[in-house]
Amino acid sequence: MLPTPSTSHVCFDRVYEPAEDSYLLLDTISSTSEAAFLQNRFGHVSSTPPLILEVGVGSGVVLAFAAANARTIFGRNDVLTLGTDINSFACRAASQTVSTALREPTSSSSIFLDVANGDLAGSIRPHSVDVFIFNPPYVPAELPDFSRHENFNTLPAGQEKTTFDQDSYLLELSYAGGADGMVVTNRMLEQIPNLLDLKRGVAYVLLCAQNKPEEVKRHITGWGPGWGVETVGTSGRQAGWEKLQIVRIWKEGA
Amino acid sequence: MKLLTLNFLTCAIKTCKTQPASFPLHPRDAELEIVETDMNLPFLKNILPRLMWDELRTITSELGLPDLPPTPPTRSNLVEGGEKDAVAEEEEQEEVVEEPTQTAKDLHRILLETCIKEGKLVCGACGHEYKVMEGVANFLLPGHLV
Repeated sequence: MLPTPSTSHVCFDRVYEPAEDSYLLLDTISSTSEAAFLQNRFGHVSSTPPLILEVGVGSGVVLAFAAANARTIFGRNDVLTLGTDINSFACRAASQTVSTALREPTSSSSIFLDVANGDLAGSIRPHSVDVFIFNPPYVPAELPDFSRHENFNTLPAGQEKTTFDQDSYLLELSYAGGADGMVVTNRMLEQIPNLLDLKRGVAYVLLCAQNKPEEVKRHITGWGPGWGVETVGTSGRQAGWEKLQIVRIWKEGA
Repeated sequence: MKLLTLNFLTCAIKTCKTQPASFPLHPRDAELEIVETDMNLPFLKNILPRLMWDELRTITSELGLPDLPPTPPTRSNLVEGGEKDAVAEEEEQEEVVEEPTQTAKDLHRILLETCIKEGKLVCGACGHEYKVMEGVANFLLPGHLV
């Protein structure tokens, strides 16, 4: 069992707290079968280091886990990790989570780049990502009112604390996914073919039962010849409304 | 924000993506800081083919840093006494301790230790400016540009 990175410094009033979905991602990418898949793709010692991008890092627990356990998961110590989040408080918290995890004595000495504040992967150079990870806001709930974003994304002028409304808004960003919980995920899925490395790119996206995962998978298969999609991790089998799964999306024959 | 990060970033405005001038983003009014971090020599050797060298040279020159050589170093340039061939490395089961050259140390300093603390990143195609505050770049766009 690989260690879970510490997030004790993170204020969960305004940054998503690691939960079942986060842990499912950790378990999935480090599972024997996925680690074998990833090592087969990226494990050759002197190939170029893969860039791992997580969008919506929140506390940073998933990115930190990938960075600190790079040797076990990817078969190499020199992977690059990069994150984005729409919430500037999450960006700072996640940076600290990854840096702290990498200082642990048992940690892989992989390379953490930065966490940028942005909308999805809008600022990432096309086809530069080898491993993409996304735990989206997947709950079917009304999207927050983005007109407040600029004000709510920083501390109120002259204040040292966020307001209650601000915290509620920032947390809504982390879970509310609009109709079917798929509005944000659909925008992200659209970017994936352009984002992934043409030869070896692979994406892990978390979906809940409400997202109609089978429809989502059919849609991805329709991207064209060569695109593969497969469920590689599941949890919440007790048929609760939040049954979760991780789908792996990749280009075949790479 | 590390200079190596700029190797993977571009303008966030959709219509800019197809414009070659949207990469790299150009630092302006940048306040730099050095954040020391452990050197990972295998990483430096392996990352060479991924570096957009000309663009990196543009960025360092715009930041007023010492000029990078016109062509990227080779793997051997980074290892004191040159890189051992793969067979020898395998025989010794990766136990070979390689010493980094000054070139490797300089590259490590530029890519991973030189950070933009405050300033702006400017798109060469549309001129849009992205702020960097406390080391975090902000790529959020005002509503009319999304």
